[in-house]
Amino acid sequence: MIQFTSNLFKMILEGSKAYWIWVSILIILALLGLHAYANQLASGLFTSGMGDEVSWGLYIANFAFLVGMAAAAVMMVIPAYIFHDKEMHQVVIFSELFAVAAMIMCILFIMVDLGRPDRLWHLIPFIGHFNWPGSLLAWDVIVLNVYLALNVYVCFYLLYATYHGRKPNPSYYIPIVFLAIAWAPSIHAVTAFLFQGLGGRSFWNTGLIAPRFLASAFAAGPAFMIIVITLLKQMGKIRFETVVVDRIRVIVTVSLLVNIFFAGSELFAEFYSDSAHTVHISHLFGLHGESLLAPWIWASMFFNIIAAIMLLSPLRNSKQAVIASCVLIVVGIWIEKGIGFVIPGFIPTPLGDFVQYVPSLNELLICIGIWAFGLLVYTLLLKTAIPILEGQWRRSNS
Amino acid sequence: MQKDQKSNASISRRQFIAGMSATVAGAGATLSALSPLIHAKETPSVKEILQKHYKKLTPEDKKIIFDRLEKNIASEYGIKTAIHDPQPLSEVTFGYALNIGRCIGCRKCAYGCMKENNLSLDPQIQYIRVLKMPKGTIDLESAVHDYPEEDAGNPDAYYMPVQCQQCDDPPCVKVCPVKATWKEDDGPVVIDYNWCIGCRYCAAACPYHARRFNWTKPNVPAERINPDMGYLSNRPRYMGVMEKCTFCLHRVRNGRYPACLEVCPTGARKFGNLKDPDSEIRQIIDNERVYILKQELMTTPKFYYVFSK
Repeated sequence: MIQFTSNLFKMILEGSKAYWIWVSILIILALLGLHAYANQLASGLFTSGMGDEVSWGLYIANFAFLVGMAAAAVMMVIPAYIFHDKEMHQVVIFSELFAVAAMIMCILFIMVDLGRPDRLWHLIPFIGHFNWPGSLLAWDVIVLNVYLALNVYVCFYLLYATYHGRKPNPSYYIPIVFLAIAWAPSIHAVTAFLFQGLGGRSFWNTGLIAPRFLASAFAAGPAFMIIVITLLKQMGKIRFETVVVDRIRVIVTVSLLVNIFFAGSELFAEFYSDSAHTVHISHLFGLHGESLLAPWIWASMFFNIIAAIMLLSPLRNSKQAVIASCVLIVVGIWIEKGIGFVIPGFIPTPLGDFVQYVPSLNELLICIGIWAFGLLVYTLLLKTAIPILEGQWRRSNS
Repeated sequence: MQKDQKSNASISRRQFIAGMSATVAGAGATLSALSPLIHAKETPSVKEILQKHYKKLTPEDKKIIFDRLEKNIASEYGIKTAIHDPQPLSEVTFGYALNIGRCIGCRKCAYGCMKENNLSLDPQIQYIRVLKMPKGTIDLESAVHDYPEEDAGNPDAYYMPVQCQQCDDPPCVKVCPVKATWKEDDGPVVIDYNWCIGCRYCAAACPYHARRFNWTKPNVPAERINPDMGYLSNRPRYMGVMEKCTFCLHRVRNGRYPACLEVCPTGARKFGNLKDPDSEIRQIIDNERVYILKQELMTTPKFYYVFSK
């Protein structure tokens, strides 16, 4: 175990120039974020762009997006483990490792949103004063931490066994993989319930939120994985058959179409009925007073639709076109979940007041810092996992 | 095996030096990143961090905590205060009625509330928001929230002050992940300012925009401090916690009216015990034309709006 750990450090420390530049950039950004967070701790959330009217902003928006990215690992785990897709098996661990990094980012985004992080222990079951099952946020604390633990366990066990030159014993990890498969939708569903259960916020109070969350996540998560594994392959780090990308691409395409259909269904209900509830969505689209959100949501819709057209047309056979559409999907759905979902729920307020939200620089730096830290964690996980999986590191030859 | 260990050791030495210098540089960078904490506006003590939930405090615990708070207030504001903890009254449910036929929108209630409840001046926190509504609609989106002072008393509009409706089935209480907010037995919804983690889920859940967050350290000049303080109502709040109207718990449980009622120049505000059939508030609810805000949400407010002259 000690040797395993020290070897992990060696793997992390031995890298090309490009690797070190990338890692250094991430560390610097993460430290800038930490500095911004220290500012926030010292002066309060006053340093953010939030206020009593829009009381959740980019932190919760990124949280909602990343919960989906973590849950989406399941879309590669299911083909690999349930349908025994051998090719998918070669890359599935990269999505599980990303789930770990995404969960860490989720927890950090919740942490930085708290006014009193020093009282975090109040959230620990049995020690604090946990409002379970009443509060969906209490549910979220449980499902997120369990999902993180499940993924850490599976990844660690597989890598540890492979490092020791052993074939992983299915009875030690397959049941956990299946549990994680069942668990994954729960993290995103619970996060959606957190919003859709609020009767006082008509914009969120619709039963379609959880299905929409899942559909959009199952498009954005695997799209991100296509980008990652294609990059790694081009850098000569990993090998896999092209058919893998084709299969993930099909998953992305179907999820994206379902997501567009769900969104369209909501838009229809809102705009056709044109009742009092429509005010949030018409404000979001810039049809009801001045809206800072409108350019973003139009861009998001445009990105999603362009990506869908590209993935349905013969363009899908071009590697560059697939990557481009994956980028459009990830960015489009990030906008849809945050700027297009969390923030418009607060505009107007329940008393009909229209107050715009603009994130502050300090708030942006914290967001960038958390993303940099998450990507750093993912980079280091990949840096150690890939040599182990490729057989370059074994207990005997170290 | 031995050879392996040697080669391991030599790599380790080189890496040790590189690793150590990287660690030192990293620690230095981390420390300087954290430097703003030196100027923190508020630093919780260990005792405060470890303080138990209000409902788990024994009378001895409370005595120690109240003493500590009084000392803190004395050192911060130079004022002698007494922190009270009046308990819920039996056979009482507090209710409020507001006659929108009489309200002239002068906002005296909002300012009286600020003074009574030690609300922050900068940034300004108000529990009561007065909406100026055009005649002929109850649509909140047509309301004006920030009308200038001279627009009060406009005969072509009516005014609707909104504060915490003290719901019988409060959505804010349901969603709090740590039970830092609850409904007292005599009705008002309160917050344990020492237990709230500042997640603001309650503010998202509230259909009446009644909850206020301390985005920074609340700022009340010493000369404005009201020394008559309730632990669950108007004692000084912390940075990063939620607060709200409590029907002036520290007053009403001692037989006084809420501050907003006392300062109202038109007599638009009435308050009393809903469980007493002879009370003024019951007479109003039973005999006047009353409605409650957003009845369709089934939150069952104990705040009634009255239409009469």
